[in-house]
Amino acid sequence: MDSALASDQGAVYLPQTVRTAAKLLVVGHFAVGKTTFVGSLSEIRPLRTEETMTQAGALIDDLAGIEEKTTTTVAMDFGRLTLSESLVLYLFGAPGQQRFTRMWKDMTHGALGALVLADTRRLEQSFPVMAVLEEQGLPYAVAVNHFEGAPRFAETEVREALDLLPETPLVTCDARDRISSTHALIALVQYLQARHTR
Amino acid sequence: MSPGRHERGLVRPYVVTDGRAYPSRNTFDLVTLVMAHPDRPLTGLSPEKRGVMDLCLGGALSVAEVAGYLELPVSVTKVLLGDLVDSGHISTRAPIPKAELPETQLLQEVLDGLRARL
Repeated sequence: MDSALASDQGAVYLPQTVRTAAKLLVVGHFAVGKTTFVGSLSEIRPLRTEETMTQAGALIDDLAGIEEKTTTTVAMDFGRLTLSESLVLYLFGAPGQQRFTRMWKDMTHGALGALVLADTRRLEQSFPVMAVLEEQGLPYAVAVNHFEGAPRFAETEVREALDLLPETPLVTCDARDRISSTHALIALVQYLQARHTR
Repeated sequence: MSPGRHERGLVRPYVVTDGRAYPSRNTFDLVTLVMAHPDRPLTGLSPEKRGVMDLCLGGALSVAEVAGYLELPVSVTKVLLGDLVDSGHISTRAPIPKAELPETQLLQEVLDGLRARL
């Protein structure tokens, strides 16, 4: 644990005037582009934190009473955008398929909302992700991260396939592109704002 | 275990925290901003707390960034920061002081900031 040398960590500190930190989540299944998305937008080298989660008794049925514990390492990549002299926005990318209550409580606590990244080749893998957000009561928008060679569908088809509510925003983005990714976040924040004024 | 998978050193996280899994206070969010007080003595602090102080004396960071830079799990980082708040070495700025800033206003500020980046 080389924790002695702060200079080695290359920390980029916040401006002294920053008073408020806001948090948005970027969630989606494995390899959907969460880390790329966060990296495109972040002003700092994206950081990673890991938590080891223990689930007791997950395999008890299979192993006929043998006490079994499974541990999984859950990694979150996150980035930062200083939006004004007083406001900083943190983007947390997290895997959506795992149902570790403690992690989700931590992640969603104080979060304004979530952007679900989806891939048209594997739309069905977004269902567990959206289910977790609904369980946690966190509002979300969906952004299809367009991969080269992936099929393009009409918006209505994607909406139907994902079984989205009419008000849930659906946009397309290229997670590698800063401007495109910014537009996706704007669509999410506009939606969050509209929910308040309804 | 395959070698090199976790080059984290030999000290297990809970040794660092004296066996505690939860911080002495429950005030930390991932985006709680923490700042170190430069006038507090560093003698007697554990190497890990010293590491937190060395990092935080440079300026304000979120709890998640402290964990990320020090390569510690968030849970361990919260325990260390909790102790350092108790001992007066660190102070926090709670995320989104709700009473001061209604969520609609915060969302508007986030929106303005994002649009300015286009």
